[in-house]
Amino acid sequence: MVRLSDIDPGSAKHLLDKECRPFETAPWVTGPPVAERRVAIVTSAGLHRRDDRNFSLRDLSYRIIPGDIDTSDLVMTQSSVNYDRTGFQQDVNVVFPIDRLRELRDAGEVGEIADYHYAINGAGWLPHEIEATAREMAGLLKEDRVNAVLLVPV
Amino acid sequence: MRDNTERLRPPRFVWVPFELGRPFGAPDEPEFQTRVLRDVLALFEHDGPSPVLEDFPDDAPGGEMDMTGWTCPIALPSAAETEIPELLRVVLVEIDGLAPWHQAAIENRGRTSTGVLGIPIEETASFLFEVLESVPMSPKQGIPVGEAFRQSCEELKTFYLEAATAKPGTASSRDLAGWFWGGTAAGRLLLALHPAALVSADEGIKRVAETQLVPRLQKYRLG
Repeated sequence: MVRLSDIDPGSAKHLLDKECRPFETAPWVTGPPVAERRVAIVTSAGLHRRDDRNFSLRDLSYRIIPGDIDTSDLVMTQSSVNYDRTGFQQDVNVVFPIDRLRELRDAGEVGEIADYHYAINGAGWLPHEIEATAREMAGLLKEDRVNAVLLVPV
Repeated sequence: MRDNTERLRPPRFVWVPFELGRPFGAPDEPEFQTRVLRDVLALFEHDGPSPVLEDFPDDAPGGEMDMTGWTCPIALPSAAETEIPELLRVVLVEIDGLAPWHQAAIENRGRTSTGVLGIPIEETASFLFEVLESVPMSPKQGIPVGEAFRQSCEELKTFYLEAATAKPGTASSRDLAGWFWGGTAAGRLLLALHPAALVSADEGIKRVAETQLVPRLQKYRLG
């Protein structure tokens, strides 16, 4: 996301300097058509229900977002200050496209929506630092019979 | 970031040219958001092999938006009013002026992202003002003062920006940030907090000041 030319040089350097070691394997798992898939969203936007715990500055935990969430219950406590939040403030779907997903499900283009989606505070973590959290979420997604996950960075 | 993704080589990826914070393009643009979502979902039916890295072809709607038709929802303070002794009083006046627009935002959208600390916005401003001089008690039981500081800064920005975007007319996120940081007393308060928080006796407050207080794009205002 975002063109390097569209952000300030400091932010561009910060992002380019991140250690992005290539995945050691290149798995390619096929499955049924999307119209038969069960879809979940994993977002790094630091979203959670209002009554849930706020994310802290350095926080490796995740929050669960029920599939039938009323989006008016979602707040954002992500710790980065270097991205726009006014889009989310106006429309949750700009970071967490749950209404769009529901529309595609109702139209028969998507099979089902998962019982639970997941959110993390994606600011500042390197992949290996958050691997344990990712593995735990992956296990939960499997138990929820999810076979399509949208990883949505912010 | 396309460069980072090319290095990571995940199995499936759609790169979008939208600004950070808006992975599905733009708010209140359901048709455009659905286009992005369909492109992402289509990767599940791609024949491979890994990695499949695709580019979304279009910019988000409103990318060329400017502040034409958008008027500032409050009278901005004079330079004298943003001197530190006056800051809290002027911020509270701004909050009072923005309150009807913030209420309109809640009514129009049916939601708000404010209230994450569960304290009134006026108390949030007062707490931040205290950080200029001391390490106050955390305003929220169970939350360390440094974390409360970070979330209070976000709370103040969120209140202002939700109110500002409830006004008729449209403005880009960059213009809204320029309004908040360059025009309002609240922006001036957060900028004034930067040097004070960097030498705070509380390590949590200090850590927030280092990277989580003033966005990189606004740091030139620190002087």
